[in-house]
Amino acid sequence: MAGFRSSQHYIASRDLEVAVNAAIALQRPLLVKGEPGTGKTVLAHEVAQALGHPLIEWHIKSTTKAQQGLYEYDAVSRLRDGQLGDPRVHEIGNYIVRGKLWDAFEADKPHVLLIDEIDKADIEFPNDLLLELDRMQFFVYETRQTVVAKHRPVVIITSNNEKELPDAFLRRCFFHYIRFPDRETMEKIVQAHFPDIKQELAREALNVFFQVRGVTELKKKPATSELLDWLKLLMIEDLPPEVLRSTDAKTAIPPLYGALLKNEQDVHLFERLAFLSRQRQR
Amino acid sequence: MLAHFILALRTAGIPASITEYLTLLRGMKEGVADYNVDDFYHLSRATLVKDERHLDRFDRVFGEVFKGLEPPEGDPQEGAAIPEEWLRKLAEKFLTEEEKAQIEALGGFEKLIETLKQRLAEQKGRHQGGSKWIGTGGTSPFGAHGYNPEGVRIGQEESRHRRAVKIWDKREFKDLDGDIEIGTRNMKLALRRLRRFARQGAATELDLPDTIRATANNAGTLDLKLVPERHNTVKVLLFLDIGGSMDDHVQVCAELFSAARAEFKHLEHFYFHNCPYERLWTNNRRRRESEISTWEVLRKYGPDYKLIFVGDAAMSPYEVIQPGGSVEHWNEETGQVWLQRLMGHFRRSAWLNPMPEAAWGRYQSAQILHRLMERRMYPLTLDGIEAMTRELSR
Repeated sequence: MAGFRSSQHYIASRDLEVAVNAAIALQRPLLVKGEPGTGKTVLAHEVAQALGHPLIEWHIKSTTKAQQGLYEYDAVSRLRDGQLGDPRVHEIGNYIVRGKLWDAFEADKPHVLLIDEIDKADIEFPNDLLLELDRMQFFVYETRQTVVAKHRPVVIITSNNEKELPDAFLRRCFFHYIRFPDRETMEKIVQAHFPDIKQELAREALNVFFQVRGVTELKKKPATSELLDWLKLLMIEDLPPEVLRSTDAKTAIPPLYGALLKNEQDVHLFERLAFLSRQRQR
Repeated sequence: MLAHFILALRTAGIPASITEYLTLLRGMKEGVADYNVDDFYHLSRATLVKDERHLDRFDRVFGEVFKGLEPPEGDPQEGAAIPEEWLRKLAEKFLTEEEKAQIEALGGFEKLIETLKQRLAEQKGRHQGGSKWIGTGGTSPFGAHGYNPEGVRIGQEESRHRRAVKIWDKREFKDLDGDIEIGTRNMKLALRRLRRFARQGAATELDLPDTIRATANNAGTLDLKLVPERHNTVKVLLFLDIGGSMDDHVQVCAELFSAARAEFKHLEHFYFHNCPYERLWTNNRRRRESEISTWEVLRKYGPDYKLIFVGDAAMSPYEVIQPGGSVEHWNEETGQVWLQRLMGHFRRSAWLNPMPEAAWGRYQSAQILHRLMERRMYPLTLDGIEAMTRELSR
């Protein structure tokens, strides 16, 4: 079975591979949750690449309605055209604007559809898409036409867990929770992203990173994406690994901390910890 | 054969349904799991669990139901069920250099393992104490919690020594279980559910875009559309018990407080000791200066504030039901009166208790308060906070 595997750029654990392949084989949506910055959105890109399908992205905002994913009826421009006497006005189909789901359904070859951050939308949003995702078809009232998927797209849905999703919706999905990677996996991830990084720098940076994550009082713990940003900065600045070694996270704020700590309270916390431990050393 | 697995999951409180069961069966038919136990575990987890808080529970049930899939237990002839590699690693991990030298005294590692295999074969049951058999707390070189410096520590739980650790036994999702206590982020997410309902209400506001759309649909005849006003400003009043027995719970209360502060624009907090009386204070360090009369609080904050008490409710029952029962001062009116007054004023109120729910029964005061709160006392866990937010946002 042609399936999804860890690639050179994306390290997927075995359980993630199984979940993705199950979703592909049974043509059901895959719901991915996890700490921010653990690669939920990137997963869709990787799946699309692995399968060789084009990717359609639908980013959800708090104002997004389910209907917008299907189609929108642009009544205002029809009203204007009617007043101007434009002949287009007689054909209602001219004012139907296709949504992302329609695009994915009508495409000539299978697509991967990413519905990103579904929890941002209204609570009714997932419920409104139940039938559409289940049967992969919907009805356009204005033109009395039914849109049926030519090829069922591989649907990947991400959630940051800001809202609870309805049971009926969950029942139709596969679910995967991306765990925060352990050190070994993290080394592989770093290797995949920066193949030519100096081994020593990577090791020291990971030491500092896991120390920072180990500080329990942090408001926002840095995640994979922050680590990668930080490493990129370190490489651009071409800092020698020794700088990292001397800056034990307990005695000083790590260099270029702006990439790791995203919150001024956390920075203060670090300054305080560093101050305390310097005093103790005296 | 999987039916009893589903039933076991449901008994454990994981809401797996027939739909999901059928999906699992179809997945197996399609060959997703590929006749491999680990893949089957991953597949069934992706199919049947839809909430990371249930993952740990799932692991436990899986381990119980599919025990038979592991190498047969209790077959003494199969003493080699522990891979040698595994033991060696384990020993290396736990032994210091000197201890390793002492192993040499017993005839080296090979000898030690050889002896272990022999003993495993001879031994028939669980064993504790003594100086020869493998078990716990003994001085034999094999087993857990023992004193023999030459010992090999085999697992921490008895019976573990006969099986390799499977993935579901690692229970990596333990921290996410809703019954277990919580970090700030999780707490924020639980509190955020209060916010969700804040947008409901009567349709009173003119929805301009929708009106235009409806009017256009109506070929120009005006069609007014109204939407509910946006109330995403939940107001929360936090009453925190401080000092005394609450010292044990400082960490979790601080987490709750910082989570609540990040979540609600209108959050006011007051401190009390054991039970709220006629005076509260806003700063525990400068308690005298920051004191405020409870009447003042009642006047200042409208009934639309949601009142959350946080306290362990562990005190003498007199502190609740007797005038003058307070441990700190002479109170004219009982804690009970004050509590009822507060609850009468604020439309929604609840009590969060950092003690585990099972322990409430031990304190008469906790039972009294639970009753006074009309059973709206919740444990300070994720599930508890969630139940509370549901109650508060009704």
